[in-house]
Amino acid sequence: MNELWNQIELSWTWLTASSQWHGPDGIPHRLLQHVWYSGVSLLCAAVIGLALGLLAGHTGRGGFLAITLANVARAIPTFGLVLFVVVIDYSITPVLVALVALAVPPILVNTFEGVRGVDPDAKDAARGVGMTGWGVLWHAELPMALPLILLGLRTSAIQVVATATIAAYPGFGGLGRYIIDGLARGDYQLVVGGTVLVVALALIVQLIFAGLRRLVVSPGLLGSARPS
Amino acid sequence: MITFEGVTKRYPGGAVALDDVSLDCPTGEITVFVGTSGGGKTTALRAVNRMVEPTSGRVLIDGRDVREQRPAELRRGIGYVIQHAGLFPHRTIEDNIATVPYLLRWNKKKARARALELMERVGLDHSMAKRYPFQLSGGQQQRVGVARALAADPPIMLMDEPFSAVDPVVRAELQDEFLRLQDELHKTIVFVTHDIDEAIKLGDTIAVFRTGGKVAQVDTPENLLAHPADDFVAGFIGQNRGIRTLSFAGTGELRLSDDAVRPVTADAADLTGLDWILVVDEDRRPLGWTRPAQIGGSLSEAPLAPVGPTFRVGSDSVRVALDAAVLSPSGLAVGVDDAGAVVGTAAGSDLLAVPTHGNGAGGTGHGAGSDG
Ligand SMILES: Nc1ncnc2c1ncn2[C@@H]1O[C@H](COP(=O)(O)OP(=O)(O)OP(=O)(O)O)[C@@H](O)[C@H]1O
Ligand SMILES: [Mg+2]
Repeated sequence: MNELWNQIELSWTWLTASSQWHGPDGIPHRLLQHVWYSGVSLLCAAVIGLALGLLAGHTGRGGFLAITLANVARAIPTFGLVLFVVVIDYSITPVLVALVALAVPPILVNTFEGVRGVDPDAKDAARGVGMTGWGVLWHAELPMALPLILLGLRTSAIQVVATATIAAYPGFGGLGRYIIDGLARGDYQLVVGGTVLVVALALIVQLIFAGLRRLVVSPGLLGSARPS
Repeated sequence: MITFEGVTKRYPGGAVALDDVSLDCPTGEITVFVGTSGGGKTTALRAVNRMVEPTSGRVLIDGRDVREQRPAELRRGIGYVIQHAGLFPHRTIEDNIATVPYLLRWNKKKARARALELMERVGLDHSMAKRYPFQLSGGQQQRVGVARALAADPPIMLMDEPFSAVDPVVRAELQDEFLRLQDELHKTIVFVTHDIDEAIKLGDTIAVFRTGGKVAQVDTPENLLAHPADDFVAGFIGQNRGIRTLSFAGTGELRLSDDAVRPVTADAADLTGLDWILVVDEDRRPLGWTRPAQIGGSLSEAPLAPVGPTFRVGSDSVRVALDAAVLSPSGLAVGVDDAGAVVGTAAGSDLLAVPTHGNGAGGTGHGAGSDG
């Protein structure tokens, strides 16, 4: 108990030391790197996952393929992928590719399931009142699938934020830097400090998505007993 | 007019949903498709707005093949109501109703004004405009479904079992309002149901579908009941065919008796010889039934049995009157006018003596009127 408290105190000292908040090794810079890697990966993954998920869900075709691909992608150990690709091309790109591969499956699967799960009567009505194929997707399927789509995006975002620490392994910084350095030097103050920062970032992501949900999901979907 | 010309639909699996169906749905009238489950009613209905493409044959609207128009465009000009309403859960009631106006690019203000107007039309309070579908009862949702279909004032309405998911009381209410609406709007309506009573109540024409996608008979409700084309139709109409026929016999020609009707102020002295007395107030509104034996002093103090259901002379059918007679403590049906004042009473036997289709039996007592 005392030991733990000690660690927390030490980490707090580390976190609040003014030297940590300046320079290329400082927290703001590392945080910015981390957010940048995570954001870019998530954006790419969202484009891919949403496009494929919406398409498969809307047409009712390729669903099996999409889910299978997603599961295969899930099975690839991210760390291994990074190492493997970095050997081929020493740049940040392999790291981002690995993060995208990690983030696509939850978005894809949830989008697909969300669209496929739209009430068939509502879908029939949407077509029946004269919406075009795109109209049905845009005015009916997408808004009704939003709760699940957001869930997928949030899951991916948190995974990406946690996993972006691997960018530090080939030397591209981010919050992972503290953890890796700390582990290498046996400096647990650094490890715990870095971890706390990552966790805090994940919490912020969680908050952002809670806000987003309020903002973009219709109250008509939240109030009912529908799956969300 | 909607015309089916030799329409056949074979689904990929091989199921024949429609087999060479030819029939007309006259303009401004309600055509009801009724029949066994799987008979092809829904398929036929959906062939009109191209939700189903026939394998062969044509569907024409006012002589024009529906395939001449792009599906989305065609459908915006045809109201579409389905069984569970199929409302959009993420849209408010007014936005649900304004769906087609939005698609037609009306401006938002005009579309919403139209939505409010329609809410009134279908009997929904304006306070529901900003609610979401999950906050409405099934019956209310169904009204919204009807309003949504009416929003762009399409000349044609397709309705697939719109009232089947609600309880009988609400259903009767929705049916009555639907008929009232149709009286004002005169749409060309195709209405699918598997409830023969609903078909008889609503239809100007009834098409009976049988398994295999064949149309067994197309006729007016009266003719369908009086002259079913074959055993299938007779069987489908059911054992109550005779009673149902009475739905088409009017009560306007009944001669009602005033013998048993007494104002509450009347003297109790001259009641001898009567089994039951209908006590009415000064406006002739019915107060209740009583028996002379139960009366001590004046009629106003007599114990009264409830009047029970009454029928409106002229507008209600003999079937309704007969129902009232059966449920009345005295066995006499009470006929009232539009103001609710008693016109007179009739016994069950008098009611059955009313001629239906000119073959009624001669009545006993104050029975049958002449054929109009
Ligand atoms: N999409 C489809 N694919 C294959 N077969 C279908 C399809 N839709 C309907 N059928 C078949 O076509 C036949 C007619 O179906 P339809 O829905 O038109 O019947 P219905 O008269 O409306 O029945 P119900 O009263 O049960 O609604 C049925 O045998 C049904 O199984
Ligand atoms: Mg059907």
